[in-house]
Amino acid sequence: MIFEMANTIILIIIILTSILAVKFKDLLASVIALGLVSLLLSLEFYILQAPDVAIAEAGVGAALTTAIYVFAVRGTQRLEEEE
Amino acid sequence: MREMSRIVRTVSHIMFPFVIMFGFYLVVHGHLTPGGGFQGGAIIASGLALLIVAYSRSRVKKVVKKEVLTTIESSGLLMFIGLAFLGIGATFFYNFLANSGIIFGDSVAYGINPGNLNTAGTLPLMSIAVGLEVLAGLSIIILMLAIGSLAGEGSR
Repeated sequence: MIFEMANTIILIIIILTSILAVKFKDLLASVIALGLVSLLLSLEFYILQAPDVAIAEAGVGAALTTAIYVFAVRGTQRLEEEE
Repeated sequence: MREMSRIVRTVSHIMFPFVIMFGFYLVVHGHLTPGGGFQGGAIIASGLALLIVAYSRSRVKKVVKKEVLTTIESSGLLMFIGLAFLGIGATFFYNFLANSGIIFGDSVAYGINPGNLNTAGTLPLMSIAVGLEVLAGLSIIILMLAIGSLAGEGSR
């Protein structure tokens, strides 16, 4: 019962966070929201009794993908600074 | 890319040994608990990525060498395939160390038990080989991205 409730709540938060990742104007904040999506997804995998997949998701999805996106964002410039 | 702020550098300094320790724990206990070579290697690589993101490219380039990581990756692959070929007397990937009494050679106790690290023969050694390979490969990806953005800044 309590696991089903946690399941539903986490899925709703995942959807809300991914909407936030699209809506943010600051690219770095958007990258952090994407990392939060991966972290909550690994929590969801753990509730669904797949701890192996949860560890892989937390390592690759939340940490390494966020680092790659941070490097990509740092290669860009803000729109106001271009002129 | 310049260095990140002092807060980011201090937090990454504090977190780095714990992340590395948890990654090696996952690699070594791969035959007893969830996790294993790939998961532990990915977590160690994310600890290295923490340092690479927090510091400037010139300092990272001095400390972390690409040749060292390439050597670690190749030696992990060689260790895996060599362990597979060592059991070629019976079959490929034959577990010749299980129940032999040498390293990782204890026999498994019957019934419910908390688990003995010194069991399972060649499986922990193969986990360590896969862990070395994955940590070096994923770190090389992050390091090449960091150094590649250095080249772009020089031309600007």
